[in-house]
Amino acid sequence: MLRIRDLHASIDGKEILTGLDLDLPAGEVHAVMGPNGAGKSTLSNVLAGRDGYEVRGTATLDGTDLLALEAEDRATAGLFLAFQYPMELPGVGNAYFLRTSLNAIRRAHGLDEVSATDFLSVAREHLTALDMDPAFLSRSVNEGFSGGEKKRNEILQMSMLQPRLAILDETDSGLDIDALRIVARGIERLRGPDRSMLVITHYPRLLELVRPDRIHVLDGGRIVRSGGPELANELEADGYVGVTDRIPA
Amino acid sequence: MTDIVQELVERTYEFGFHSDIDTELAPRGLNEDVVRLISAKKDEPEWLLEWRLAAYRHWTTLEPPAWQNVHHPPIDFQDMHYWAAPKPKGPAPASLDEVDPEIRATFDKLGISLAEQERLSGVAVDAIIDSVSVATTFKATLAEAGVIFCSFSEAVREHPELVRRYLGSVVPPRDNFYAALNSAVFSDGSFCFVPAGVRCPMELSTYFRMNAAETGQFERTLIVAEEGATVSYLEGCTAPMRDENQLHAAVVEIVALDDSDVKYSTVQNWYPGDENGVGGIFNFVTKRGRCGHRAKISWTQVETGSAITWKYPSVILQGDDSVGEFYSVAVTTGRQQADTGTKMIHIGKNSRSTIVSKGISAGRAQQTYRGLVKVLRSATGARNHTQCDSLLIGSECGAHTFPYIEVKNDSAQVEHEASTSKISDDQLFYCRQRGLGEEDATSMIVNGFCREVFDELPMEYAVEAHALMRLSLEGAVG
Repeated sequence: MLRIRDLHASIDGKEILTGLDLDLPAGEVHAVMGPNGAGKSTLSNVLAGRDGYEVRGTATLDGTDLLALEAEDRATAGLFLAFQYPMELPGVGNAYFLRTSLNAIRRAHGLDEVSATDFLSVAREHLTALDMDPAFLSRSVNEGFSGGEKKRNEILQMSMLQPRLAILDETDSGLDIDALRIVARGIERLRGPDRSMLVITHYPRLLELVRPDRIHVLDGGRIVRSGGPELANELEADGYVGVTDRIPA
Repeated sequence: MTDIVQELVERTYEFGFHSDIDTELAPRGLNEDVVRLISAKKDEPEWLLEWRLAAYRHWTTLEPPAWQNVHHPPIDFQDMHYWAAPKPKGPAPASLDEVDPEIRATFDKLGISLAEQERLSGVAVDAIIDSVSVATTFKATLAEAGVIFCSFSEAVREHPELVRRYLGSVVPPRDNFYAALNSAVFSDGSFCFVPAGVRCPMELSTYFRMNAAETGQFERTLIVAEEGATVSYLEGCTAPMRDENQLHAAVVEIVALDDSDVKYSTVQNWYPGDENGVGGIFNFVTKRGRCGHRAKISWTQVETGSAITWKYPSVILQGDDSVGEFYSVAVTTGRQQADTGTKMIHIGKNSRSTIVSKGISAGRAQQTYRGLVKVLRSATGARNHTQCDSLLIGSECGAHTFPYIEVKNDSAQVEHEASTSKISDDQLFYCRQRGLGEEDATSMIVNGFCREVFDELPMEYAVEAHALMRLSLEGAVG
């Protein structure tokens, strides 16, 4: 599924990712954890194709060279990024935005566009599951949304777009415990044999609700340690310093 | 983002073609004889000739305005033709089917098939090529309701008493340089009269089109809504590509008597000139309406064309409880310049006005919002809300705002909000991550920015406006 080898990324001459390797098989959920400045957001930005980075190494999704594609082509190839700070698009209706996105992806796969009626009925199901008011759809994208609403909106989009690979960039940050539960439930609903998820987080608490198959510790721009879900407990007890200190020299 | 700017500058004008219709031209230049010639060509009554001549004589005492924030070489008003008419290739057409096929083809290229419009859309179209109204549709349906919708020339022939009563009553011939010029030489235009208590049964629509080279076009539009009448009017414009700058100095007057409601929507995409700013239309227009008691005038405009735009659709809120609205989207790209806005003159008690102006600049375009809110001593309880937003695409364009507020009554409430923003790389990345190409993303963000104004357009034109914005910003992707 997702295969990353020796990934380096620099911005303004400063190297942030310093040779990162990662394998994420189909159907698995992996967590990437690490202290501030470890390169977590850079990893998600670079995988999603944000401009401004100097990148080398390889990253493939089902054998497709992601790094050779434009951001929009990575999206239509099945990569979804749930943003840490979702953007506001004043005046752009949420439903219109989401349907345009869905249809762009469907067109890229040679599928017919979804009618407004079909779209709405599917959207309503997902809204209910995420405990969201249908009025969300008629508001402008993220405009005036609370932090929790923005994150739920990201999960709604992910639910509708059904990506092959979902990268969740600190989706838990800034959420109270109720919102966190709803978001976690949304993520759990999307677990499936054809989908992989990379959950990037600073805190272990999300991982109590979304149990990852594996946890990777990112520090200094590369994966310094990988392990099963129990690694979260170790991190909780000893912190990043404790865990990374134990790396054999 | 620099690629966007580059591409915007390189776009070409989609409506740049030129039809071969024989044109009858007046001699170059302007003097009393030319004014007399125009009036004679149109078989006008003596009073109208005198009206034109008075305007001409006043015009000769005026200088072109120089306060606007646009730059162009001086215009030689003696180097232009003031009259051009398509020569009939036989007897005048009795129906649409008999209209010159060349003219029909021109409209077809513009996507305005009169036949289609007549059959499918239920929109009455008064189509104008250069200065003579070619075909007017739906006249019968409108006549049943008592609505008069015809070319200005026809109105002068058929309804001289109405024309004489209202012509110049809102924009007097001495109003300004270009209004005086228009009053002297106006060639044709549209006339609309909705009698008391009548709700006009359909949207009224006029497509203007300039065709002959080096021909100034001077349209005159007069809309009269009697007491309690309601009408919605749309003006759409395109012009073919030209090397010489073409002057367009129109006058639109709206008379909204007590309790009437007039909505005037404009979609303007005249030729903006090439990437170096050569050619393109100079659009120097005077548009104004006057409201009686409880009457409402709403201007909605979507402006994407013209090399230079100088235009301030205004409302004189003379009646108590009258309402004036101005909703505007102006897009300038390449080397376009626009100095546009509105004037709201509050005279009546509790008169209210709303101004929503959305300006989008890209390339090396310069755009200015200039608005006047004037509350006279008599306008107790007057209220105004102004919102003026600018969106910049790229770093070589400019947006300027000049709001003028004059309040002479203490009870008035006047609010002004303004913002300037850029489409951020973060917004674009967000859209692209959801599968939208950069061009689609830009278009979506721009359309969102304009939504408040598009919501004011009649439904079918809102769709057209979306398409037009897209077209204007086409090639916005690197």
